[in-house]
Amino acid sequence: MAKIKSLDELLKIKESAQSKVDLRVKGENIDDLVQIKVAMATCGIASGAREIMNFLIEEAGKQGLDNVVVTQTGCMGYCYAEPTIEVTLPGKEAVVYGNVTQEVAKDVIEKTIKNGELIDGIIPKTHKTIDE
Amino acid sequence: MSNYKMHVLVCGGTGCLSADAAQIVDNLRDEVKAAGMDGDVQVLKTGCFGFCEKGPIVKMLPDNTFYVQVKPEDAKELVAEHIVKGRKVERLLFEDPETSERVSDSKNMDFYKKQMRIALRNCGFIDPDNIEEYIARDGYQAIGKALTEMTPQQVIDVMKESGLRGRGGGGFPTGLKWEFAMKNEADQKYVICNADEGDPGAFMDRSILEGDPHSVVEAMAICGYAIGASKGRVYIRAEYPLAIKRLEKAIDDAREYGLLGTDILGTGFEFDIELTYGAGAFVCGEETALIHSMEGERGEPTTKPPFPAESGYWGKPTNVNNVETFANVPVILLKGAEWYGKIGTERSKGTKVFALAGKINNVGLIEVPMGTTLREVIYDIGGGIKDGKKFKSVQTGGPSGGCLTEKDLDTPIDFDNLIAKGSMMGSGGMIVMDEDDCMPAVAKFYLEFTEEESCGKCTPCRVGTKRLSELLQLITEGKGTMAHLDEMKRLSRVIKDSALCGLGQTAPNPVLSTMEAFWDEYEAHVNDKKCPAGQCSSLLQYFILEDKCIGCTKCARVCPTNCISGEVKKLHVIDQEKCIKCGACMDNCKFKAIIKR
Repeated sequence: MAKIKSLDELLKIKESAQSKVDLRVKGENIDDLVQIKVAMATCGIASGAREIMNFLIEEAGKQGLDNVVVTQTGCMGYCYAEPTIEVTLPGKEAVVYGNVTQEVAKDVIEKTIKNGELIDGIIPKTHKTIDE
Repeated sequence: MSNYKMHVLVCGGTGCLSADAAQIVDNLRDEVKAAGMDGDVQVLKTGCFGFCEKGPIVKMLPDNTFYVQVKPEDAKELVAEHIVKGRKVERLLFEDPETSERVSDSKNMDFYKKQMRIALRNCGFIDPDNIEEYIARDGYQAIGKALTEMTPQQVIDVMKESGLRGRGGGGFPTGLKWEFAMKNEADQKYVICNADEGDPGAFMDRSILEGDPHSVVEAMAICGYAIGASKGRVYIRAEYPLAIKRLEKAIDDAREYGLLGTDILGTGFEFDIELTYGAGAFVCGEETALIHSMEGERGEPTTKPPFPAESGYWGKPTNVNNVETFANVPVILLKGAEWYGKIGTERSKGTKVFALAGKINNVGLIEVPMGTTLREVIYDIGGGIKDGKKFKSVQTGGPSGGCLTEKDLDTPIDFDNLIAKGSMMGSGGMIVMDEDDCMPAVAKFYLEFTEEESCGKCTPCRVGTKRLSELLQLITEGKGTMAHLDEMKRLSRVIKDSALCGLGQTAPNPVLSTMEAFWDEYEAHVNDKKCPAGQCSSLLQYFILEDKCIGCTKCARVCPTNCISGEVKKLHVIDQEKCIKCGACMDNCKFKAIIKR
């Protein structure tokens, strides 16, 4: 590791290291944020969920959307419609989208997250969680 | 992108590590790998979460699920259920003792709701062995700000305006202390961090060093800049191996990153830190004794003045602050004196870390704003008294402090209020006692501690504490008289007035405060030869209840002195002459037929 020679260099390290703990910081206030959960069980991964997840993270990062947390979750049970993602806007009901392609993912960011609009591809939610 | 999508934080404090936390980390990593998710899930060991009672703690982020009392063999289920399937493992969630409901989110737990974490901001959140995680949390930015934007006087002014007072127990204004050290000219000055935490029941400083060592390293460098010192020393007890290990790693990494050493951040400022190990003597927490110990002399205090700011380590101007005080410094510098000044009470600003121990449900490490009441700490955060017993007293300030009672519970905790109530803040040990605790015995415990820890330099402390503990011994054995009680009061005042240093001057506090608040208990020991709490074994007798004894012979079989007699299926009797009051019969009786009184 080279020595840090100025405050600017320190800030650069901070920026690159921040993403590592960023999720932890956000996790502490998860209810105030847009949460996107990507179903990443075997079926999801096989149908490209990992790529969708990385795309969402990169896209949100590119657009500077720091109120978005993208995480993985287990199988939601909609194996017929993988990749699936669950989007929860603060204070709203979670919505599940199926057959998510990069285009759909982009629409989710542009329309749902930025403007709160719902888009095509919603799968009716058929499960409850213990939190509900 | 190599970013992790989930973080699994496992407590790596001494408490949890002793309960197999390291094995939990290993098992979780293995399981995550086996599930093919090692690129997505990061498992890391952090500092203390504070909730030691329910450790080991495992926290899942970002969904903020808080698992308690996790065992290594739970790793498989946690990964398979929580991480792979996204389902919470119900049985490992914290159960609210009042509602019996499972709480998954630490934000909704009473233990955390009333806390405010400044000194502990990174404990349980970052990997203490990773300097970059500290940097990511604004680490080393305060020293950067000080070096590039502020003069030493400006740094000191911020510290003064913030109102931060020394957290080691003295409560002296930190900024003022720094100013004294700055104003004394010398070719060499020193910054010393006092990590000689010695109060019975206290573990705040250890936890900060274990969970966030860089915050102390950074603060020492800031202090060095402010007072004009290029050398820092941490005086740390050798019995804190994990804290030492993490601090050493932090210092090495800071050096490698150029955040310690010469020309820090290209500003020409020079500062480095070395460790000195203490042998764990209570008196060495006192700053002059600490300095003597570091110089290789006996750890004995000297009268002040001269203060260390004038003539300290090797006769040079020296500033000594304790770990928790330092941990506050970087935040204050970054967020400003005004922000800090809004937290706490009029004359005690900020927060205080307490080590909650004793007969309380949630034993652990907490940080609350000054002004929080004892009741909030004990009942809301601490979850009340264990086993539904009645609260009796809370001991604050360690051996130098005193015992507070029911009537003091609504006292807002700050430096001055606690002193006004006859105790003190001390370094933050807080020991809660219930109806089963005998107060003269508690006083005796503390006196035995100070008697043993007295350095022996001055007679009031060396001989006085010994005599005082002998008197307490007589009383707890039922051999005390009212004259002994008067003698104890007189002796206590003499020791307070004449001892050389704080250790001796405060040693009688546990005696005086318990005599003040629990006089009837002392009288009961002396006049009635009874221990109302049922603790002093010399004053107790064990009896077998006629209506409960079924004659199972268990008590007779476990009695080491064969003092219990009786035929099978008939009432048994204890021979009081032969009974050594070990309590084995009572512990082993399945029918609750044996009582002590």
